[in-house]
Order: sequence, then structure tokens, then C-alpha cells
Amino acid sequence: MTAATCNDVSLSWYEASARQRIDALVDAGSFCEFIGPELREISPHLAIFDLPEQFDDGIVVGRGRLDGKAVLLAAQEGRFMGGAFGEVHGAKLTGLLRAARALSQDVLILFDTGGVRLQEANAGELAIAEIMRAVIEARRAGVNVVGLIGGRAGCYGGGSLIAGTCSKVIISEQGRLSVSGPEVIETNRGIEEFDSRDRALVWRTMGGKHRFLIGGADAFVDDEALAFRQSAIVALKISPGCDVAVLAAEQARLERRLQRFGEVEDAVEIWQTLGIDQPTEIPARPTGAFLRAANNRESADDAR
Amino acid sequence: MEKLSFRLTAPRSAGGTRAQAIVGVVASGNLEVLLERSPPADTCTIDIATAAHGFGAVWDAVVRDFVTRRPAGGLRISINDGGARPDTVALRLAQGVRKIEEPER
Repeated sequence: MTAATCNDVSLSWYEASARQRIDALVDAGSFCEFIGPELREISPHLAIFDLPEQFDDGIVVGRGRLDGKAVLLAAQEGRFMGGAFGEVHGAKLTGLLRAARALSQDVLILFDTGGVRLQEANAGELAIAEIMRAVIEARRAGVNVVGLIGGRAGCYGGGSLIAGTCSKVIISEQGRLSVSGPEVIETNRGIEEFDSRDRALVWRTMGGKHRFLIGGADAFVDDEALAFRQSAIVALKISPGCDVAVLAAEQARLERRLQRFGEVEDAVEIWQTLGIDQPTEIPARPTGAFLRAANNRESADDAR
Repeated sequence: MEKLSFRLTAPRSAGGTRAQAIVGVVASGNLEVLLERSPPADTCTIDIATAAHGFGAVWDAVVRDFVTRRPAGGLRISINDGGARPDTVALRLAQGVRKIEEPER
């Protein structure tokens, strides 16, 4: 086998397409797609609504090598219908996770999603449930499932639930991770609760830095494909665990966290309570300085 | 959705050995172009599904310009369009041909 090589061209994870992300993430030329666009496995629902289809239904799945190690990959295309889960989109990820369990191969999920596709909501919600089950079954069989978050659409709705079942989550500052998106919260609870146009508020509440500080993500990286690659290589070296003890410890941690921060009004207050020096400066800090300031962060466990 | 089909005589045929290539994504003002090999070598077929209705004449001009400028013979091209402008379509078609002609690793 030839030595593992990766593309060394600088690539913004946020700006890249699903296919560009995969190509930059895996060892050069090692990716092989399953159910590629030429098979035209398109959504059976979008035509009913007279909406444009995409030949891969917005998700690329396949196998490749990461630092020489065989892995399975799925990448969502956030620009096609906000990377949302539909019937085919979801089935491709479910199938990949079941294959991972059968083959004992680790999985990387490159999230870029607003959640479930409204035009095929029932199929999408079922897909989310099937995927979460498949993630847990793969993890119980000793497979690592690592989530990578840093795309335009963020990781919202059902996507955030799936991310919560992953063994590790890697996030960049641009990545956003939350069940409900800013507009959803504002629509349901009013602008007093959450002003979706306040970008600083959105980022300090759902953004990568905050998620890393409160233990919602395990690794924080620059918005660079190579940084995601290096972090994914490290994440796959950690032995997986998903048993009752892990879940009980996480439940206890979440109860402590609620006790500690439940009354807090804003993320900055949480950072202050965590004992972070100059908490108001957190959003402005570059990665190195941020990671040094993040020493007192909430630990992320293998369940979150 | 409006569906359009073109079968054009192409003066030059596409090189390279890749079986297929895909460029672009289906989003507002964007499109995806899937290129596959399909004989005969002097013919290019283009099937379009577009969200913008009533632009058949513009598509006709863009694809005719494409087959005269680029080596498009022997290709079957399928397009899902989210309402891209003609210049974006021309760019994606050019990118697609370049990609299918890339040497395989």
C-alpha cells in the first residue's frame, strides 16, 4: 500500500461542498462512493411538490482511508434543501451505519443539516430514529462513530440528536449545534426569548466555542479541512465505550450542569461560572488562545 | 418543474477515461451537472429538469454554445437546475467536461 497522503491545499470546511470535504478529509484518492449520483436514487416525494431533486439526495456515502485506516463516511450537502433528512437521504446513512457494524469499521458523519425535510417529514423523522438506533448498535459492537460539524447549515433538529449519540463530536467555531434553530425559537417563544437576527447571540448560544466549553463537543478545530482530518485521526484512536456506566456518568454530569447553570441567562455567564478568564473575550479569541482559556471547560463524555 | 431534452451533434468528443463526473449542487441560483459516457462519439445528449419555467430558448442557446466550445461528444449530460443564470450553467458545463477528462488516480 502506498503511504497515506492527504490534500494539503487550504480549504475552508464552511465554504466547501460535501464532496470537497470528503476528498480533503480522506487519504488522497481513497474515496469510493456507494449509491452514487449515476444511480439516480432520488427522493420519491419532492416531485409531488414540484421541487428540484438532486441525484444523491443531498448526502454522499462511501468508504475511504483515513491515515491508512479503512473508514466509512457520510457527508451531507447543506446547500441542497438545507442538508435536510428525507427518506432516501436518511436510508443511505442508516445503511452505512449497519454496514459499519457488520464490517467493524469506524464511521465519520460530516453533518451539515437543518434537520428533517418538511416535504417528507414522516419519512424523515422515522429516518432519524433509525439512524440513532443504528449509531447505538454500531457503538455497542465496538465501532467509533465520529461527528464533524462546521458547515453552513450547522447541525440542527434531528441532526443534533444523531450528533448526541456519536462517540465523539468535532466542531469548528463556524459549526452550530442545537436542537431548535434560532428562527424556530423566536417563532415559538417570541423575540424576547431569542432574537434570531442577533448573530452574536446565535453564535455564543449554539456555536462551536460554546458547545466545546459546555461539553457538547469533544474537540475544537479551525475552519480548515486539514484540521478536521487531524482531529478525526485522533478521535478514532480513542477506544470506544457505550455501556450503562458511561450513560449513568453522563446523566449525573448533565444533572450537575443543570444545577450549576440552570438559572443562567446568557452563555457569557456560564463561561464566567466555569472560571474562564475574561469571558467576554471568548468570541474574539483565535483558536490557540481559546483552547488555552478553555482549560476549565465542562468535560465531554462519550455520551452527551 | 420543466423538462427539456437536447440531442446535439458535437464536433469534438470528450477525452479521458473516467466513466462519470458530477459538479455543482442543486440550490437557488445553482445547478448540478452529471456527465456520463454514451455513444456515439459525435453526439451529446442533455436532459434538463429546471425549476425556472419558460427559458427553453435560453437553454437552447447555452447548450449549443457549449457543444461548439467544449469537447462534448460521447457524453450524456443530466442537469438538475435550481434556477441558475446562463453564465453559471456555462461554467458548470465547462467544469464538468474538465472533470470527466481528468486523469484517473
